[in-house]
Amino acid sequence: MTDTLIHTRLPDRAPPASETGIIHWARTNLFSSITNTILTLASLYALYVLVPPLLNWGLLNANLAGTDRSVCDANQGGACWTFIKVRFNQIMFGLFYGSNPDQIWRPVLAFFSLVALVIPLFFDRFNYKGMLSAFILIVFPFIAFALIHGAWLGLPVADTSEWGGFLLTFVLASVGIVAALPIGILLALGLRSELPIVRGFSVFYIELWLGTPLITVLFMASVLLPLFFPAGVDFDKVLRAMIGITLFQSAYVAEAVRGGLQAIPKGQFEAADALGLSYWKKMLFIVLPQALKISIPGIVNTFIALFKDTSLVSIIGLLDLLNMSQTASKGLEWKGYDTEAYLFAAFVFGICCYGISLYSRSLEEKLDRGHKN
Amino acid sequence: MTNTDPQGQPVPQAPGTNDSSYSIDIEGLNKWYGTFHVLKEINLKVAKGERIVICGPSGSGKSTLIRCINRLEEHQEGSIIVDGVELTNDVKNVDKVRREVGMVFQHFNLFPHLTVLENCTLAPIWVRKTPKKEAIAEAMKYLERVRIPEQALKYPGQLSGGQQQRVAIARSLCMNPRIMLFDEPTSALDPEMISEVLDVMIDLANSGMTMLCVTHEMGFAKQVADRVIFMDYGEIVEEAPPEEFFNNPKHDRTQLFLSQILAH
Ligand SMILES: Nc1ncnc2c1ncn2[C@@H]1O[C@H](COP(=O)(O)OP(=O)(O)O)[C@@H](O)[C@H]1O
Ligand SMILES: [Mg+2]
Repeated sequence: MTDTLIHTRLPDRAPPASETGIIHWARTNLFSSITNTILTLASLYALYVLVPPLLNWGLLNANLAGTDRSVCDANQGGACWTFIKVRFNQIMFGLFYGSNPDQIWRPVLAFFSLVALVIPLFFDRFNYKGMLSAFILIVFPFIAFALIHGAWLGLPVADTSEWGGFLLTFVLASVGIVAALPIGILLALGLRSELPIVRGFSVFYIELWLGTPLITVLFMASVLLPLFFPAGVDFDKVLRAMIGITLFQSAYVAEAVRGGLQAIPKGQFEAADALGLSYWKKMLFIVLPQALKISIPGIVNTFIALFKDTSLVSIIGLLDLLNMSQTASKGLEWKGYDTEAYLFAAFVFGICCYGISLYSRSLEEKLDRGHKN
Repeated sequence: MTNTDPQGQPVPQAPGTNDSSYSIDIEGLNKWYGTFHVLKEINLKVAKGERIVICGPSGSGKSTLIRCINRLEEHQEGSIIVDGVELTNDVKNVDKVRREVGMVFQHFNLFPHLTVLENCTLAPIWVRKTPKKEAIAEAMKYLERVRIPEQALKYPGQLSGGQQQRVAIARSLCMNPRIMLFDEPTSALDPEMISEVLDVMIDLANSGMTMLCVTHEMGFAKQVADRVIFMDYGEIVEEAPPEEFFNNPKHDRTQLFLSQILAH
C-alpha cells in the first residue's frame, strides 16, 4: 500500500483592485502612454471648444415656435427648426403629400403596415415566416403602391413624379435591395458555375456594373433607355430609377455573396453531393444558408451605401430626402436656412443607417449563436 | 514503379454470389489529376456484404479511389459499376449510385447550420421524398443505433468529434444505403474517441453492410475485414484476407508500410 497524494483545489479569488474599476479603465484606455495621454487631452479640449456653441445653437437657443421665418430672423443666434417643422411633410413625403397634408395617412399607413408585418419575423417561435415573407415581398408592394399612388383605390392620385423626400428614398432603396438580392445570388452562383457561358455572363455582368458609377447608370436609365423604345412610350421615371438601381445593386450583392460562397468548405459540397442532393437543393439547403450568413455584413454595407446613394436620383430630376430638404430651403420663404435642411437630412440618414447596421450586427450574433458552441 | 501486382488475381467471393451480383465492380480504372497519374490500372470487385479495408501511405490514392465510387471524382479510363449501374457522365446514373452509396468523411462534414436531426432527415425528405414524420422516426432509430439519440436537437458544433462522426454515420444510414464508404473516419479524432466510432462501424459490419473503409486502424481490419487492400503510388499492390495480410505480407512495400505503422 502506497500513500495517495490528495489534491485540494484552491478556491477562486477576486482579481486585485488595480485590475478593475473606472480608474483602471481610464489608465489602460486613456492614459496608457504619453501619446495616448496627449491625444486624450487634445480630444477633451476639442470637445470643450466645439460642444457648448453647437449645443447653444442647435438646442438652447433654437427656434421652434411660429409658422414662418419671422421668428428665426428675429433670433439669428439659434437654429431655425421652425422651418423643418413647417416643411416636415414635404421633406418626408414629397410634393404631393406636402401640399395635401390630409392624405398623409396613406404613406404612413403603408409604412406602419410594413413594420407590423415585419415584426413577427423577428420572433423565433413564429411558424409562418416563409409565408409572411412571401406576402411582404410579393403582395405588399402592390398594397403599398395602391395606397401611396391612390388611383387603384379611387383616392386623389399622387403621381410618382410627385413622390419625394424620405418616402422616395425608402421606396427606391428597399425595392433596390429586395429586387437585387435574388439576382445577385444567382449571379454569384453563376460565377462558380461549371457552364462556361453562365460563368462568362456573370463575370461580364458584374464587371460591367462594378465599373460604372451609379450616377452614370441613372443617367443612362433616364436618357438612353427611352431611345430603345418607340417614341411616345414613356415609362415612369421612378420605375426607370428602380430598374437602374436594381441592376447596379445586384452586382454588389453578387460580390458580397461570392465572398460568402468562397468561405464554404469543400467538404460541405461533397457531403451534399454524397447524399445525392441535386445542385439546386444543395445550394438552397446547404450552401446558401451558410454563405448568406457570412455575406450579411457585406450585403448590409452595400445596402447602406445604396441607401445614401439614392440621393443621386436628383440627376434625373427626382427629389429624394436630401434633394427635397435642399429644395425646401431654396424657396424665398426659407432662403438662408439650408444648414438646418442639410442637418435634418443627415440626421434622418444617420438614424436609418445606424439602425440598419445595428440590426445586421444582432442578426450576425444570432446566427452565430445558432450553431457554434 | 516496377513491382506491380499481378492483375486479375482471383477475388474472394462471398458464398453463393456470381459475377453479376458484385456490389462494386471496378475494371481497368485509371485517373489523372492534370498530368499526374493518381490511379493506375485498378481492378477491384466487391461482393455484396463484403467488408474491405484499404490502407497505404499518405498520397497513395486511397481517398481518390473511394471517391471515384460515388463520383466525387471523375475517372478518365476504365469502368466502375456500382450495384449494376455504370458511372458515366449520365447524371441520372450518378444520382442513382449516390442514393445507394453512403459516405463518411475524415472531417465529418456535418452541416453546421442544421441540428443533428435535420442533418439526418434532410436527404431522406428531399432526395427520397420520405414523409417528414417517417424521416424523423427513421433518423431517431439510427441515432439510437449510433448511441446519441439525446443529442438530436443540438447543433454539430456542440458535440465532440466522436459524437459528430457518429452523427455523420447516422446521416448516411438514414438514406438506407447498400454500400458505405469510409475515408479515414477516425484519423481526425482524439484518441479517446476513436473506439466509440469504431464500435459503431463494427456493429454496422456485423449487420451485413457492404463496406469500404480507408483506415489505419489495424485492430478494426483484423476484426471485421474480409479483405485488406494495400495501395501505393496509385496502385493496388497487395490484397489478402487480414490474417495473411498481417502475418505474411508478400511485397516489400507492404512489409515496409506495416513495419512503419505497427512500430509506434
Ligand atoms: N484535387 C486534386 N488535384 C490534384 N492532385 C490531387 C487532388 N487530390 C489529390 N491529389 C493528389 O493525388 C494523390 C492521391 O491523393 P489521395 O487520394 O488523397 O491520397 P490518400 O488518400 O491515399 O492520402 C496525392 O498525391 C494528392 O496530392
Ligand atoms: Mg486520404
